[in-house]
Amino acid sequence: MAILFAVVALIAAACSSSDDSSSGDGDFKVAIVAPSASNDLAFTQSIVDAVNVLVDNGSISEVAITDSTGVPDDAAVAIRDYANEGYDLVIAHGSQYGGSLQEIAPDFPETSFAWGTSADTFGLDNVYSYEAASDEGGRVMGIMAAALSQSGTVGIVGPIEVGDAKLYVDGFKAGVLIQNPSANVPINYIDSFSDVALASEAANSLIGAGADVLSGTAQMVVGAVGVAKTDGVLWFGTQANQTSLAPEIVVASQVYHWEGILEEMVTNVKDGKLGGELYVINFANEGLVIEYNDGFDLPDDVRQLGDAAVEQFKSEG
Amino acid sequence: MSDIFTIAVLVAVVASAIRLAVPLLLAALGETFGQRSGVLNLGVDGMMLLGAFTGYYAVLKTGNVWVGLLAGSLIGLILGLASAVIAVTLKAEQGISGIGIYLFGLGMSDLLFQKLVGTPIPIDTFPQVDVPILSSIPYIGEMFFQHSMVIYLAFAAVPLAMFVINRTTFGMNIRAVGEYPEAADTLGVSVARVRYATQLIGGTLAGTAGAVLAISLGIFQGNLTNGAGFIAIALVYFGAWRPVGVMAGALLFGFINALVLELKTLEIIPRDLSNLAAMAPAIITILVLAFAAGRFKAPAALTKPFTRGK
Repeated sequence: MAILFAVVALIAAACSSSDDSSSGDGDFKVAIVAPSASNDLAFTQSIVDAVNVLVDNGSISEVAITDSTGVPDDAAVAIRDYANEGYDLVIAHGSQYGGSLQEIAPDFPETSFAWGTSADTFGLDNVYSYEAASDEGGRVMGIMAAALSQSGTVGIVGPIEVGDAKLYVDGFKAGVLIQNPSANVPINYIDSFSDVALASEAANSLIGAGADVLSGTAQMVVGAVGVAKTDGVLWFGTQANQTSLAPEIVVASQVYHWEGILEEMVTNVKDGKLGGELYVINFANEGLVIEYNDGFDLPDDVRQLGDAAVEQFKSEG
Repeated sequence: MSDIFTIAVLVAVVASAIRLAVPLLLAALGETFGQRSGVLNLGVDGMMLLGAFTGYYAVLKTGNVWVGLLAGSLIGLILGLASAVIAVTLKAEQGISGIGIYLFGLGMSDLLFQKLVGTPIPIDTFPQVDVPILSSIPYIGEMFFQHSMVIYLAFAAVPLAMFVINRTTFGMNIRAVGEYPEAADTLGVSVARVRYATQLIGGTLAGTAGAVLAISLGIFQGNLTNGAGFIAIALVYFGAWRPVGVMAGALLFGFINALVLELKTLEIIPRDLSNLAAMAPAIITILVLAFAAGRFKAPAALTKPFTRGK
C-alpha cells in the first residue's frame, strides 16, 4: 500500500508543475489553476506571463501554479487547497471551472477568487471575473487574412464553441467578411481543447476546401499550425505569440496581456475589495496587442488595414 | 449537401482516415498480442505518451525522424518489460496495474516535456513517400499511396501479425496460453516466457504508435494522445482479437472522425449538433462492441495470472 501511495504522489507531482517564486517585496500570494501547460503558447501561458510581470514589478510576492488540470474536478481540489493555504488571490483560469468555483468561493469569504474567461461573478463579493474581447483581435486578423487570401477561402479551427474561443472565431469571420463580403469562411470546431491530431486533420480539411489562410484558437492548434506550415498556408494566431511554431507562415498573433487588469485586482484585494467586478481586456486598455512576425514579409497595405482596425477599436473605447 | 458527394471530398476523408487510424492500429495490434496470451494491459495510453515524448525529443535533438521512431519503440519495449514484470511475475491485478502504468506515462511524459523542452518546439515530420506508379493513379493514388513510410509499414504489420499469430509455433503458443495456460504448461510451453514476449511486443508497438503520432504531427504537448490508447484497447475487442478486425476498427474509427470533420468544414452538420457529431466515433464503437459481444469469445484466460498447479 505504501508503494501505491508513493506512486500516486509521484504521479500527482508529475501531472502538475508547481512553481514558487518570491520577490521578497510585499506579501501577496497568488495561485493559478489552469487547464493546459504553463508554456502552451496559448491560453494558459497568457495568464502565467501576466502574473510573472506582477512578480517582477513587486505587486505579487509569491506565485503557485497548478497547470494541466484539464479535468474540472482536479482543478477544484487545487482551488480549494490554495484557498485553504491562505493565498490572497486564487485564479481559476478556465471557463470550465465555473461550477467548481461557485461551490468553493462561499466557503472562503476572506479569499479573493478570479475566474476567466467569463462575465459571471455568481453575485459573490469575493469573485472577480475576467474575459478577453478576443472578437476585437479576431476581427483585425480576419480583415488582414481576407486581404492576403488569393483563393477567397479563409478557414478557422476552433475547440469547443464557448468563451473567448467563440468570440475570437466569430470576430475573425466578421473581419473576413468586412474585407471580402463574398469570401468563404468555413469553421471547424473539433469539440476538444486538447486533441492535437484532430485539430491537425481539421486544418487538412479546411485546406482541402480551398483555404489558403487559416487561424485557430486554444492549445490544440499547434497541430493545425504544423499542417499550415507543411502546405504553405498562412496562419494567424491568438492568445500568445505563435510565431515560433512556424516563422515562415505565421503572419501575426493577437496576444493577451492580462497584467493590467490583474494589477487592478491585486490593488483592490489589498484595499479589501475581494470581488464582484468584471474585467475585460481589449485594445483600448492595451490588454490586447497585435504582435506581428517581423520575419514575415507583410505587404504595407495589409499592415495598414490591421493597424487602422486596431485604432478604430481604441478610439471607440 | 451535394458538396459531400464529390470525389474530392471522398479522397480527403479516406486519406485523413488512414492518417488518424495508424497510431490506433499500431497500439491495438500490440495489445492484440498481449490479450491473445491472456494479459490485459490498460496502460497502453501511458506507453504511447512516453513513446511520443521520447520520439519527439530524439528528433528534436538529432533532427532524424528514424532515430525518433526507434527511441519511441525502445521506451515502449522497456515499459512492456515493466508491464510483464508486474502482470506476469508479480501477478498483479491487471486492470489496476495497467491504470498505474497509464498514469505514470501521462505524468512522466508531461514532466519530462516541461523540464527538458518547455515551450512547444516544432520538429521535422516523416517525409511523404509516393509509391511509384500507384501514387499517380487518379484519386486512388492520393487516398492510399501518398503517405509517409510509417503508414505503409503500419498496414504491412497487419498481415505480419496474422502470420505470426496463426501460422507460427510462437503464435500457437500465444493462443494456447491465452486460452488454456494449464494445458500449454503441461506440454512444456513456458507461459511466463510467452506472456513476457507478448508484453514486449505490445509495449514496443505502443511506444512506436506514440512516436508515430508525435513525429507525424511534428509537435508534442501534454496528453498528446488524448486517450487514443484506450480506444486502441477497445478496438481489440471490436476486432475480436484478430489483426484484420483490429485494422477494420481503426479504419472505421478514423473514417468517422474524418467524415465528421469534413461535414463540419462543409457546414453540413449544424453547429448545434457539433457536440453530438463529435461523439459519433465513440457511439458507433460502443454499438459495434455491443453487437460483437455475444458473437466472439475473448481469450479464456484473459486477465488471469497463471500459477502452476493452481
